[in-house]
Amino acid sequence: MTANRLDLYIPEPDARPGDQPRFGDLHLCGPGEVRRPDTRTDEAEMRDLPYGLIRVLDDQGNAVGRWAPSIATDVLRKGLRAMMVTRATDDRLFRAHRQGKTSFYMKSSGEEAIGAAQSLALAPGDMCFPTYRMLAWLIARDYPLAHFTNQIFSNEKDPLKGRQLPILMSARDYGFYSLSGNLGSRYGHAVGWAMASAYRHDHRIAIAHVGEGTTAEGNFHEALTFASTYRAPCIMCVTNNQWAISTFSGMAAGNVETFATKGIAYGIPGLRVDGNDFLAVWSATRWAAERARANLGPTLIELFTYRAAGHSTSDDPNRYRPAHEAEAWPLGDPVERLKQHLITLGEWDEDRHAALTDEVAEQVRSAVKEAEAIGTLGQSKPPVDEMFEDVFAQPDWRVIEQRQELER
Amino acid sequence: MPVMNMIQALNSALDVKLSQDPDVLIFGEDVGYFGGVFRVTEGLQKKHGLKRCFDTPISEGGIIATAIGMGAYGLRPVAEIQFADYILPAFDQLISEAARLRYRSGGEFWAPITVRAPYGGGIFGGQTHSQSPEALFAHVTGLKTVIPSNPHDAKGLLIASIESDDPVIFLEPKRLYNGPFHGRPDEAAKTWAGDPSAEVPEGHYTVPLGKAAVVREGTEATVLAYGTMVHVAKAGIADSGVDAELIDLRSIVPLDIDTIVESVAKTGRCVILHEASRYAGFGGELSALVQERCFWALRSPIRRVTGWDTPYPHAFEWDYFPGPARLAEALRGVVEEN
Repeated sequence: MTANRLDLYIPEPDARPGDQPRFGDLHLCGPGEVRRPDTRTDEAEMRDLPYGLIRVLDDQGNAVGRWAPSIATDVLRKGLRAMMVTRATDDRLFRAHRQGKTSFYMKSSGEEAIGAAQSLALAPGDMCFPTYRMLAWLIARDYPLAHFTNQIFSNEKDPLKGRQLPILMSARDYGFYSLSGNLGSRYGHAVGWAMASAYRHDHRIAIAHVGEGTTAEGNFHEALTFASTYRAPCIMCVTNNQWAISTFSGMAAGNVETFATKGIAYGIPGLRVDGNDFLAVWSATRWAAERARANLGPTLIELFTYRAAGHSTSDDPNRYRPAHEAEAWPLGDPVERLKQHLITLGEWDEDRHAALTDEVAEQVRSAVKEAEAIGTLGQSKPPVDEMFEDVFAQPDWRVIEQRQELER
Repeated sequence: MPVMNMIQALNSALDVKLSQDPDVLIFGEDVGYFGGVFRVTEGLQKKHGLKRCFDTPISEGGIIATAIGMGAYGLRPVAEIQFADYILPAFDQLISEAARLRYRSGGEFWAPITVRAPYGGGIFGGQTHSQSPEALFAHVTGLKTVIPSNPHDAKGLLIASIESDDPVIFLEPKRLYNGPFHGRPDEAAKTWAGDPSAEVPEGHYTVPLGKAAVVREGTEATVLAYGTMVHVAKAGIADSGVDAELIDLRSIVPLDIDTIVESVAKTGRCVILHEASRYAGFGGELSALVQERCFWALRSPIRRVTGWDTPYPHAFEWDYFPGPARLAEALRGVVEEN
């Protein structure tokens, strides 16, 4: 037998800087095209869903199909406002980094619908185990913007006491679990939290987030195994924003399937959802929450979106992807799409939108001013004693001695 | 001779090995097309091809497991972990596998891998972009742990690491990438230009693993340091007025015990400086070794100047960071004590 020579395969994206944006086959579906099974349906009967794409809003802003939710218009307007505040805050604080007022920042640009819709779709006691692109969750729940900005500036009033990198928030009262810079390390915490809620016969559920790149981590698979085994009341989300810093989504997917299909091997129903469609995100999240609250176990949701900004203040996306890729994204801008929907409903117009834009700009300006008055990075910081607090519940001799050593 | 910063020197080491040895390949998160978040692999994919320098999924355990498998086959992979703080998901692979493969297989299999990782603080990176985990690796028999302090050493040590038949953890002090840092954050950032150690030969050379450098000769005390702390030590010694000998360990496994003993036997005093937190840090091992081997020469107790026993705190970076003032105080202390 003549031996065939082996060859090492290394995947590459469809387009790089200098190329025209080219997304390849995104496996898109039309609005309203995907069926909506009853939440009690057996997982084995729903294996078409991870290959579809749940979309509710059509190009004219109408809500169409079985996934079209019924949401009070004031909730829609609240969602719109939360997305706009998030975007304006991101722009302002990204600039603040360039002015040396903070060490680091990460924007949610293009992904605002995810945090906003899920925050409003879930109950106050539910716990979100977020990624660093979920600021809209906090904003939609009216987390004080000045407090958030104090964290970004690591100043004296930083709610996390100067201990954590900017944007890696924690806000227990707002259902927002402590973030870490490690990827995927809290995915399993959501499962454990949900199992504990079930153990206590509570009604609260957990929602967990990772990006598509992080599905390559062992943590992702371990969490899904436990979620499946113990039918944990949790919603397991994968935000597929196409880029993990400079690495395209195909690098984590094996370049073949959708991320929602990752649930199939675990017996977890998978939904693939247009992440730029506020109504689709809201509706899919509610569907998964209904399953969780009915003791039917976890759901895996892929939120299909596009990271419109760089990964963080530390990278320039024009070095690894085509310059106009964000504008070419076929699923549009989540803010524009929800705005259009409200206009179509007769509940919004350009004048009110312009007024809200001004109001949001003023809200952000005033919050940042308030935080700046306390101080930006290096101008103000919490008392240095805070460095030694909370290492243990009760400080041991090392902490006590070292605090004295520092003060000498 | 060309002048290089540490990033360029490391890039040059990788370029030399890729050119010289077809069994060397480089992979890690964002190292391919983008050239790495700190630009250490910039241009290598373009020059040497997609298969010699490529991106990986975000999976540190996967990266190291794959590297071990390639090493077992006979390649010499150089894996990058984007930040040393992210290496922990790969800990099982490093400790249970890479460190023991040769031993447990009776010498049948081994993994000559090099794992590069930016490490250490001084850049306001917060808890997960600032840590110094070297003691965790030093504790594991079978792993070598290398920490350069300047561009010349970085290149020579990296080439020596790649050529080593043992697994090497190669920790790059990220605060030194663009210039020396003396632990005085208020001073303007320096570049490597003008520093003799930034004169880096173009081609192949090695700095042997396990050979410390005596950076400054002195008579009154010995300072043991590595990485960023070598530069902090220079400043601290100057501030102290003590005639201290400064030893840059360069690698903590293997450790150049002879140079340490010779120095402490001469000076009779020892201060250990590291950025990592103190308790069970590598300074504990150094202190034990010096005590065991130099007890009768010691004129005062050994001191450790280190980060505090807390997680790395973002806003308190300069309260945490063991700067020159703390070293100077310790040096004056060991001299006065005795």
